[in-house]
Amino acid sequence: MSETLVDVESVTFSYGRRPVLKGVSMSIPRGKLVAIMGGSGCGKTTLLRLIGGQLRPSSGRIRIAGDVVHELDTEGLYRLRKRMSMLFQFGALFTDMSVFENVAFPMREHTGLPETMIRDLVLMKLEAVGLRGLHRLMPAELSGGMARRVALARALALDPMIVLYDEPFTGLDPIALGVIAKLVRTLNDALGTTSIVVSHDVHECLQLVDYLYFISEGVIVGEGTPAQIRSSTDPFVRQFVHGETDGPVPFHVPGRPYAVDVGLVKRPPLQPGMRRA
Amino acid sequence: MLEGLRRPLERLGHNFIDGIWRIGVMARFFGLVLASSGTSVHRFRLVMREVYFSGVLSLIIIIVSGLFVGMVLGLQGFETLQKYGATESIGVLVALSLVRELGPVVAALLFASRAGSAITAEIGLMKTTEQLTAMDMMAVSPMARVIAPRFWAGVISMPILSMLFSAMGVFGGYVIGVVIIGVDNGAFWSQMQAAVDFRYDVLNGLVKAFAFGIAITVIATFEGYDAPPTAEGVSRATTRTVVTSALTILALDLVLTAFMLRGEG
Repeated sequence: MSETLVDVESVTFSYGRRPVLKGVSMSIPRGKLVAIMGGSGCGKTTLLRLIGGQLRPSSGRIRIAGDVVHELDTEGLYRLRKRMSMLFQFGALFTDMSVFENVAFPMREHTGLPETMIRDLVLMKLEAVGLRGLHRLMPAELSGGMARRVALARALALDPMIVLYDEPFTGLDPIALGVIAKLVRTLNDALGTTSIVVSHDVHECLQLVDYLYFISEGVIVGEGTPAQIRSSTDPFVRQFVHGETDGPVPFHVPGRPYAVDVGLVKRPPLQPGMRRA
Repeated sequence: MLEGLRRPLERLGHNFIDGIWRIGVMARFFGLVLASSGTSVHRFRLVMREVYFSGVLSLIIIIVSGLFVGMVLGLQGFETLQKYGATESIGVLVALSLVRELGPVVAALLFASRAGSAITAEIGLMKTTEQLTAMDMMAVSPMARVIAPRFWAGVISMPILSMLFSAMGVFGGYVIGVVIIGVDNGAFWSQMQAAVDFRYDVLNGLVKAFAFGIAITVIATFEGYDAPPTAEGVSRATTRTVVTSALTILALDLVLTAFMLRGEG
């Protein structure tokens, strides 16, 4: 069972002139739970959006189950997305629908199932995330953790082949975080899903996932199983895992000399790559 | 000197090009809405739901405003017609002004501020909270599922609301002219009936309302869909919907009227 399901081949991507990914390759085996880690703004969410087909790579390609994502037409992309789910950072529940309707939405849109069967399936999905008792509530009445659990139930509504998680642990209290983490793991194993988690919560991920990739400044700077990562000597991985304030990622963002900014010295001519404040 | 002039000129040119570019994008958006309308046809329930939100919930403001506008027309018309001893024609005056102009135009202005702004804010917020992206990731086209039903609901609601506005206005004119001032009841209605032509007046008014409905909902859905995903972005988009719709309605009205009038008595 180590066949590659998602294959990222030297992908680059830029927003306008600003390069975000500078040649990223990774292969994600079927049935595994893989984390993509990195600091804020390092391009990990961009990579998730590339995998989901929301963005097109500037070069390189991403294959999912044999299909090159950016070469698919809308119909092909939608066919792929019916087997792929994404859990958004804040759930992205439809605010004009109840919890029940939210989970039922993908089933109603894509299957011709009778209402009684949809009802059974929705309650089953909600039971799996422990929120069957809340199916009548509206999203606005849920806490952040519960909203994310409902979103997870909705993401699993059609038993997807791949689930993409965008920062699933951000902004949750420790209990809610533990619940989500446990759900991600058990649902991955029970349903045989392949999961890709984008996160910066390194401790949670080290306990949870099968394999980790570290991205910094648009390139992969480290990868390995949790055991390999823990014992890694790579300076970036070490800094990230231990949360050190200084290291390869400097504490000070590059800028003009301090003395110039506070007016002690006259402004020097601009160096290439620097911006006038 | 020249340097000082360059900046404003550049900005003017930039805004001008930007405006034209935006019209082009909106036209493409309109085409895309039409192309994604299949779902709205075979799942008409989705459209009916939006008719409720933008049409039915606009009823009160349309009815009350129609009544007031009709009553004011009655008062002003009576004042002027009295000088010529033609107070019986007040029914004609009220009905023609409403059916031809005020009904479609004022109802459209009200619809833009009541329903258009709501559509923009709703779609803008759905975009901000990633609901549209989530839908797209579920292989459900937001164009077909969210935008097109709102568009068709507006196109259906607008002519109906305009008719209601005119009807309420005629009733308001009747209340002032006949009930309160005491113009002859029979003359009020019979003169109106004789002077208002169904095709030339009523139907042309409806054509206007239909055109305004398209304009308002395209603007409203486009502004919402195009809004930057921030609180400020959505608020600006909502304002732009009302301002652009109002200007478009008035400009369209001029063009349509110019085409419709035959220029005979």
